[in-house]
Amino acid sequence: MLLPSPFSRLRQRLLPAALLLAAGLAACPVAAAPYLPQSAAQVLERLPLAPTDPTARELRALRQALAQQPGRLDLAVHLARRYSELGRISGDPRFAGYAQAALAGWWEQSDPPAEVLLLRATLRQRTHDFDAALADLAALLGRNPRDGQARLTRATILQVQGAYAAAASECAALRRLAPELVWAACAYGLASVNGQLRESYAALDRLLARQSEARPAVEVWVRSLLAEMAARAGLNDAAEAHFRAGLAIDPTDHYLLNAYADWLLEQRRPSEVLALLAGQQRTDALLLRHALALQQLASPQLAANLEQLRARFAASRLRGDRVHLREEARFTLQLLGDRPAALALARDNWAVQKELPDLRLLVDSALAARDAATLAEARQWLHKTRTEDVVLDRLLS
Amino acid sequence: MNLSAMNLSAMNLSAMNPSAIADTPPGRGLRLLLALLALLLVAPAALAHKPSDSYLSLQTSGQQITGQWDIALRDLDYAIGIDDDQDGAITWGELRAHHADLAAYALARLQLSSDGQPCPTRVVEHLVDDHSDGAYAVLRLAATCPAGAAVLPGLNVDYRLFFDLDAQHRGLLRIEHDGTTRSVIFSADAPRQHLELVATGALRQFLDYTAHGVWHIWIGFDHLLFLISLLLPAVLLRVDRAWTGAARFRDALWDVCKVVTAFTVAHSITLSLAALEVIDLPSRWVESAIAASVILAALNNLLVVAGPGRWLFAFAFGLIHGFGFASVLSDLGLPHDSLLLALVAFNLGVELGQLAVVAVFLPLAWSLRDQWIYRRGLLAGGSLLVIAIASVWLVERVFDLKLLA
Repeated sequence: MLLPSPFSRLRQRLLPAALLLAAGLAACPVAAAPYLPQSAAQVLERLPLAPTDPTARELRALRQALAQQPGRLDLAVHLARRYSELGRISGDPRFAGYAQAALAGWWEQSDPPAEVLLLRATLRQRTHDFDAALADLAALLGRNPRDGQARLTRATILQVQGAYAAAASECAALRRLAPELVWAACAYGLASVNGQLRESYAALDRLLARQSEARPAVEVWVRSLLAEMAARAGLNDAAEAHFRAGLAIDPTDHYLLNAYADWLLEQRRPSEVLALLAGQQRTDALLLRHALALQQLASPQLAANLEQLRARFAASRLRGDRVHLREEARFTLQLLGDRPAALALARDNWAVQKELPDLRLLVDSALAARDAATLAEARQWLHKTRTEDVVLDRLLS
Repeated sequence: MNLSAMNLSAMNLSAMNPSAIADTPPGRGLRLLLALLALLLVAPAALAHKPSDSYLSLQTSGQQITGQWDIALRDLDYAIGIDDDQDGAITWGELRAHHADLAAYALARLQLSSDGQPCPTRVVEHLVDDHSDGAYAVLRLAATCPAGAAVLPGLNVDYRLFFDLDAQHRGLLRIEHDGTTRSVIFSADAPRQHLELVATGALRQFLDYTAHGVWHIWIGFDHLLFLISLLLPAVLLRVDRAWTGAARFRDALWDVCKVVTAFTVAHSITLSLAALEVIDLPSRWVESAIAASVILAALNNLLVVAGPGRWLFAFAFGLIHGFGFASVLSDLGLPHDSLLLALVAFNLGVELGQLAVVAVFLPLAWSLRDQWIYRRGLLAGGSLLVIAIASVWLVERVFDLKLLA
């Protein structure tokens, strides 16, 4: 009968408690206990969409129409697309579940209609079921090799998985299927982690400057790529200019908010992170950045945030989700300081996704845990892919 | 959350969503300062988004099943509509008005059965609880399975809540049966599960907890070092401020018995008090005090403050070690219906573990007692080593650091 060491268990429990104490608060973690509310007027919950909200009305009407005619593919696809989009914008995973449910009649089919395949791939990719998403995209491209959206999604997933050669051929195929800026962003984004960081940045930056009427959503995406390339090259002013330009177009874009917050944390400008994320911290990722900023400020509010994040990751583990490994590894390393656990999480995450933040996290936790084998693995990856990054250079110097 | 891929879905080449694009740049300067100030003053930690889960816990006792089912208000509203005044806020009054609908809706989607016969389930109480993503309705459940076997042979659970509305919903079940707890996850792909509830029986349970106790002593180095530090001088005699080997084995055995018994009695008292929730001390203080007690026990071998009275020392600090055992026991999760049995069994396991250590220690120490290596090497050197290790523990635990791997 094997039990984990009582000390490691105690440490796990003591660390957050100690942080609570250090933060100057009474250490009494909220013991969840069911209660009977005192008054009928007490507000228990606020809904993300009030029933009178136009979006809520529209979605309700669509749901009712679909319920009456469950065989209508067009209605189902329309509803699923709306929910999927809502999920992407808000970062609220429940909408992905609603989208999937709307497609219930087709979801389990081995060869569903093309619209369903694309939506299924998108939703599967969002829950990090990458292989299933790639299979859907392969089926889609088998039917229509000129499907630009499918190629782009496939290129992105392959890049996340670190399959750079395969991703490069998808980007190349995009050349005749997508607008120039989209194709270039795909290709230069990839080249920027394959030994051509500065050249790729300069080329993409020039191209964007020439395009006066890029679609706003495309520009936000390209700005996020440019900002990160500039940050990796140590071009801090340029990076910040791109972050701000992107957020000026869409101040709620989760990807940009996360990336900008990370960059500001890297620059040790925590107050600006708090201002950036004020009122926007409803996803685990943003909540984590918020907590890291509070940590840099040594704020007494850190304790409450920490407790909330801990509860969130615990709930995620209970349901068997592995979507937030990156956030959980970083939380464990930087906020809990549990180095061995952080390294294990960072390694699990690296097995799933291989983007630059994942590599930084792997190196960071391997350094903290003094794990030479993992460090060697990371160095080998850097050498093989010729990835350039000022932060990694500093960490590994 | 994977970054570029997440961004990519914005790249729907055929249709862009204009509503996602705002035309005002984020405010800076004064607004930044004000926002920061507001953030530091009030702490409205918005609850984070999370996929939909319900939490179901069941306890079996004979044919009776009791339980609790926590269902997110947000999900319930999506399914049956609770926000009657349509203001986007769900009040207790609105929820209360829908209790009957809620119970009917939920119970129609949860079927418990045993041996092919249904176990009729009813809601006995409605409460509210807060989880990490918002407020949940809490349904206290009671079910009765058909009379027959005294112990349920197995339970079939058919869970269908919300799968038609949210395909990524999960039902997280925790079931307690005869002191063992199991977890099961229901999903749209796996809505039915058969739980084999093999009667673990009191004896099996008793042996399990005894094994936990033995194991805990075996891996609990701080308890072992404390005990061994106190036992090291048992085979020696203090004559003229110097150690010599004891003459009679009976004396050494008696000394060992006194120390071990005092330690046992003391930690049994506090272990029981803590397990029965009479006393609850912060575990960081307890663990720090345990580390300090190990230092003192070893220090006593060098300075010799307590000689033959070491059993008193063992008793006093044994009280603290008992709280340490209790936290392990509470981590294991105590069965509701057989708390006393688990407590006695765990305690017995701890004693058996201790006796095993003594059984190895005493003959060895006795045979070595006249050697230089015992008095200089083991007693003095060993105690110094123990002090060093326990000091590291003390610093780690007091300042919550991690120095040793």
